Amino acid sequence: MSVLPANEPLANPRAPFYRRLPVVSHFNKSVGLQRGMLVAGLVLTGLFLLTALLAPLLAPFGFSQLADADGNFPTQEAPGGKHLLGTTVGGYDVLSRVIWGAQAALFVIVVAVLMSIVIGVILGLVSGYIGGWLDRILVVIADAVYAFPSLLVAIVMAIVISGGQSSLIGGIFAAGTAITLVFIPQYFRVIRAETVRLKAEPFVESAKVVGASNIRIMSRHIYRNATRTLPLIFTLNASEAILTLAALGFLGFGIEPSSAAEWGYDLNKALADTTSGIWWTGLFPGVAMVLTVVGLTLVGESINDLNDPRLRGRKAAGTAGGPDSSAAAQAAISADVRGF
Amino acid sequence: MTTLIDAPPSDADGILPSSKKSSGGGLGQYILIRFLLIFPTIFILVTMVFFLMRITGDPITTAMGGRLPMEQLQERIHNAGYDRPILVQYFEYLGQLATGNFGRTLSDNRAVSEMLTTYGAATLELSVNALILALLVGIPLGMIAAQRRDHAPDAVLRVFAILCYATPVFFAGMLLKLTFSVWLGWLPVAGRAKTSSELALNSLEAPTGIYWLDALRSGNMAALGDVTAHAVLPAVALGLLTAGIFLRLVRTNVIGTLGKDYVEAGRSRGVSEFRLVTKHAYKPALIPIITVMGLQIAVMLGGAVLTEKTFEWKGLGFQLANYLTARDFVAVQGIVVLLAIIVAVTNFIVDIVAALIDPRVRY
Repeated sequence: MSVLPANEPLANPRAPFYRRLPVVSHFNKSVGLQRGMLVAGLVLTGLFLLTALLAPLLAPFGFSQLADADGNFPTQEAPGGKHLLGTTVGGYDVLSRVIWGAQAALFVIVVAVLMSIVIGVILGLVSGYIGGWLDRILVVIADAVYAFPSLLVAIVMAIVISGGQSSLIGGIFAAGTAITLVFIPQYFRVIRAETVRLKAEPFVESAKVVGASNIRIMSRHIYRNATRTLPLIFTLNASEAILTLAALGFLGFGIEPSSAAEWGYDLNKALADTTSGIWWTGLFPGVAMVLTVVGLTLVGESINDLNDPRLRGRKAAGTAGGPDSSAAAQAAISADVRGF
Repeated sequence: MTTLIDAPPSDADGILPSSKKSSGGGLGQYILIRFLLIFPTIFILVTMVFFLMRITGDPITTAMGGRLPMEQLQERIHNAGYDRPILVQYFEYLGQLATGNFGRTLSDNRAVSEMLTTYGAATLELSVNALILALLVGIPLGMIAAQRRDHAPDAVLRVFAILCYATPVFFAGMLLKLTFSVWLGWLPVAGRAKTSSELALNSLEAPTGIYWLDALRSGNMAALGDVTAHAVLPAVALGLLTAGIFLRLVRTNVIGTLGKDYVEAGRSRGVSEFRLVTKHAYKPALIPIITVMGLQIAVMLGGAVLTEKTFEWKGLGFQLANYLTARDFVAVQGIVVLLAIIVAVTNFIVDIVAALIDPRVRY
């Protein structure tokens, strides 16, 4: 067996289209324990997505509903009866808030990750390709933001954008944008590093010779090659986005309870309950959050391991002596050391 | 600590690495460039926070809004100087920083430098406790996972690691509180010490603010026990988060080095498996761990905000949340400058250590 090249494509290029999709190709590469972890992650992530999308059907009550035909909901009622998981100090139904919370989390992930991918990729491409002073300044700024505790950046941004309190759309965009600012440097770094490397490749030279414009070279030739590691950072960032959103909510800088159900806010309110032994208001939203993050992390970590020949499990590890550190593994490590 | 705070962060924004891509340059030049890069880092963060905080509103309106007639409100804002052009305020602030003057907090009128040392000590104590716990848990478990790779212990430990960093600090803290404080009643619920020990420790001459150190110095064993009991849960909550990351990192790197020829050579000479993992494979795996530890400082400071809020641990993070709510620019900027200095200096040290260990890092 030969030594694997650094940019070994994971999927067989001649396999049918659906077998080359990121997660599917990883699944086919996996064995034993690793496959188990990938499957567990996919199941948890699927459950989260289903809950988020079907929240209006699944939840027995609205997320800000305080009363029904029988009158006001009791406060801090233990689980059982009409309120399967009990009620909170404010009289919300815990089960409904947990289910609706998945929806808010999903919205924020989509907003935050999409915005940071778009901005980060564009900045990274331009900065890496054009170089010079622009590049240096952007790198220093990105490094400064990257090195600083991301939660603090997010808090300040949340206050700036929403002024502390917000509606559903406003709150989701505030939280999303706050998280975006934290993520942009990550995408920027990865894409810029790849762009700098690719710029020297012969295919870019030949594109220049043919007379392709800079924009075309960036958007077609480099972009297609530089974004290989994005699915991995995406899964890792999705879980970080949930944790950041929850942290904002926990500190009181997140989404208002009347505009959306948010797990961090519920945990904040539940903190005072713990001293009197009321466990259900905090436990359930917390467990929902942990399961979601575990699911996303398992998927991300499995993809990471499967991308890295050194970690791919016994069957493939026979080809030892792979690249010392692939770009994907580097990206993964730099991305997840920042996790909460 | 104080020397760090008093060091004036220069506004040397023009200093960018002027090194060309040329391969030359020894260690000295590398260190110099890395050192000079500290200043733009701090400068950028201070500038960002200054302007962002100004957008959010002013502290006087936040505190008094609605309770004072518009004219009086305007007058107070005018007296405080918040209606001047923002650039004037900005350069005035930079000038103050350059002379080491952090100003006084607006909401509770304390000297910012004094506020930073008082609460900084609490945060330092928490972070050090958590870091020690993270290293004690993460490194040995990571070695076990690497050695028993793809077997049951590895699977269990990897799930444990993922759970560690998938659980938000405040949720972990809540569960710990519920279990050990409320149900079992073994440990105190919140705070840094009982009121009695807090009074005893604060009345000491020149207290460091790090409670267990103060208790040790004064030989107050009752207070020491009390302080330790209070420190356990916050340290575990914050430490486990980082322990998961260390575990995973040690595992990955030890697996990498375990496959190297010299480990095989050691094995064929009859070196025990235990010694192979703890000595031969572990040492080279340390380099990435040191690098990541630098990054972890930033994560820990972020986590400290949440931990302090959960356990009412009166440190920088706890205060930061309060000051942010009050829109106290001066206090928030002071805390951010301090954190920026800490982060920039740690990263500098980490880079230098990495360069000393591995010459390939230098450029």
